[in-house]
Amino acid sequence: MSAATGITIPTDDQPGRRVRLPRIGPTRVLLILLGVIAVLSVVRVISGANDIDSSGSLNAAVTLAVPIGLAGLGGLWSERAGIVNIGLEGMLILGTWGAGWAGYQWGPWAGVGMAIVMGAIGGLVHAIATVGFGVDHIVSGVAITILAGGTVQYLSDEAFTGVPGGGGTQSPPIGDLPALTIPGVSDQLLTIEKHHWFFVSDLAAALRALTFDLSSLTIIAVLLVVASFFVLWRTSFGLRLRACGESPWAAESLGVNVYRYKALAVVASGALAGLGGGFLAIVASSQYREGQTGGRGYIGLAAMIFGNWRPGGLVVGAGLFGYTDALQLRSGGESVHALLLVMAVLLIGAAVWAWVRARKVQSVVAAVLGVAVLVWYFSTKEIPAQFTQMTPYVATLLVLAAASQRLRMPAADGIPYRKGQGG
Amino acid sequence: MKTALDPRRLLIGASAPVLALLFAVAVTSVVLATAGKDVWLTWQTLLQPQDFRRALVLTINQGTYIFLSALAVAIGFRMNLFNIGVDGQYRMGAFAGAVVGGAVTLPTGIHVVVIILVSMVVSALWAGIAGLLKVTRGVSEVISTIMLNAIATSLIAYMLRRVQVPVAGSNNIGTKPIPGSGRVPGLGLVPGTPAEIYGLVFLAIAAGIAYHVLLNRTRFGFDLRATGRSSTAAVASGVDVKRMVVVAMLISGAAAGLVGMPILLGEAYSYSITFPAGLGFTGIAVALLGRNSPIGMALAALLFGYLNVAANPLQILANVSTEVVAIIQGLILLSVVVAYEVVRRYRIAAEQRRVAREVQEDPVDSDGSGPSPAEVRA
Repeated sequence: MSAATGITIPTDDQPGRRVRLPRIGPTRVLLILLGVIAVLSVVRVISGANDIDSSGSLNAAVTLAVPIGLAGLGGLWSERAGIVNIGLEGMLILGTWGAGWAGYQWGPWAGVGMAIVMGAIGGLVHAIATVGFGVDHIVSGVAITILAGGTVQYLSDEAFTGVPGGGGTQSPPIGDLPALTIPGVSDQLLTIEKHHWFFVSDLAAALRALTFDLSSLTIIAVLLVVASFFVLWRTSFGLRLRACGESPWAAESLGVNVYRYKALAVVASGALAGLGGGFLAIVASSQYREGQTGGRGYIGLAAMIFGNWRPGGLVVGAGLFGYTDALQLRSGGESVHALLLVMAVLLIGAAVWAWVRARKVQSVVAAVLGVAVLVWYFSTKEIPAQFTQMTPYVATLLVLAAASQRLRMPAADGIPYRKGQGG
Repeated sequence: MKTALDPRRLLIGASAPVLALLFAVAVTSVVLATAGKDVWLTWQTLLQPQDFRRALVLTINQGTYIFLSALAVAIGFRMNLFNIGVDGQYRMGAFAGAVVGGAVTLPTGIHVVVIILVSMVVSALWAGIAGLLKVTRGVSEVISTIMLNAIATSLIAYMLRRVQVPVAGSNNIGTKPIPGSGRVPGLGLVPGTPAEIYGLVFLAIAAGIAYHVLLNRTRFGFDLRATGRSSTAAVASGVDVKRMVVVAMLISGAAAGLVGMPILLGEAYSYSITFPAGLGFTGIAVALLGRNSPIGMALAALLFGYLNVAANPLQILANVSTEVVAIIQGLILLSVVVAYEVVRRYRIAAEQRRVAREVQEDPVDSDGSGPSPAEVRA
């Protein structure tokens, strides 16, 4: 059974022509960001939902994006070496428990360390199964997630029951990690934000979100993304690692020890996911709680796929999911309702674009959906809480549905590799 | 070709799950010993239930729905589709079935059939979303079904608020109870215990047979398995792969619609907040353990069901958290997939050795059957 390689569905539009995503330079990134802020600003002014880009929401978005991003980064390491890692969720779960267990006893940094170790152990198991024994990657990943869930349930029952503040399904509180706030700037920006001026206040809010209550772990996570890019794309080590994901037998013929590179990548992947779990437990909620990952490992994987197996795209994906996650937490009904307007605008924009490109069917579909969402927006005042809860998951589906065909994964991703058995 | 009844083959085939079980037991024992638990007492408690007959009934009941869940997963597996969404699918189906079942008045029997059909259709449609996304937009069913699970959870919570009635004697809320005509009575097949086996155990058996016949005795099943083995070869033989993906997801989802039925119609009679979740993941484990074979999955489902049942008194009798069973199950699953892979490779190597030996013993035959290597090279 090799599911990842099993059924390939030929893409609908332009068969035979590979769509390359454009490389986007720093200037264009800045322009796109400003454009996004402008759209949000327009929607904010029209809908009056000030929380859709308040500094509080954006700050929460950053906090919620970090675990997703770390899980996605873990996925990036592993899949770049050709190992699909659906066990990220399990490694995230192991990380949350590790952080809770070590964190309440020896402080938050010990929690961070233990989260990484626990995640790495999960990665090691995945490496042994997939690289060592050649088990199907998805089977092994699912097995690890099931095993991790059971293990932490058992461990927390044994470790936290009867401890003050703890219980069978949660750890005692963990201390806080140091957080960064730039005092003067942050307050000034808040003043500007409070005026709710068009665009200016929104820009101030975006900047303020990055200047107050920024956890040290968030900064470490950002550094890890940058470091991963340099290691994977700018060193010979990274080139070999990626070669193992594109064509392991070619790498083998050049003397690369493919097993070692793959195993290393998967263990690193687990460590990163574990760190993401640690972030969830320590920064996002100050304790371990059963089930607190809430499928973020999978969302992280989706963020990485959305990001076309590249660090930059992965950050955008994690930011997007973190943002929808944050909106539903902060005055969810109203904010997510305003998000409908954003969606309608985007869909109608896509319809026009598709019409210009002479893709009539796509255009009509997008236009109909856009109008439907618009009607939904104007016919309701709020969205029920349960609907806001599903926003990140629906967003994941929509984004993947829109983007999947333009993506290119590493050529040998998911294919079991045995030394000396190349075609 | 050797037949499936070759004793050597059977022995090798059986060795994988047995080795995996032993490995899981060994690792669990080490975990227990490091935590300072009484290892021997734990296994004794697990293997000698106090009320054996009651445990037997409960095991069969758990085995019934775990088996149905495994069937749903296995249909996807046979075609190389990972339907991780059985979990969301059966909950959507059971919820819809409970709502319809509580709302309509129908004669006995027909009522039951209607509820089951509603559940199957809703589950199938929910699975079909993933199938459609795969064939039209190229979204991997692994990710989409996981997302659909989470969406199902919220959607059911929302709809439950709309149709809720209080459950008598608790803070629980649920759908309107299904009246007597829509219930399936339990069977007192095991004497000496008041516990009853779900009447729908026969549905599970029938589903198992239907699964076997559909996959191994029909043109459709052949196409499905062929697509699973090699989609390019299937295309070459005229199979419409896209259609197969959607149909396989629909069938897998329809099977998932059965998972909640034994509980809904035999015990709970309404869908409430406490309706069991997570059975879809147990199904994945059991389908892998039973290698998608109906008999194998039935045995594996009974094993998992038994472990769940036998774990209950662990906390009181051995001072070990009942959750240790989750570790045992996870370890069995992980070690069994490794063991199957090792055995598979051993078989291939053994086959190669056998062929090499036979060719050496009988060189004339191999010369006569085709060009020699030298000729091919030239």
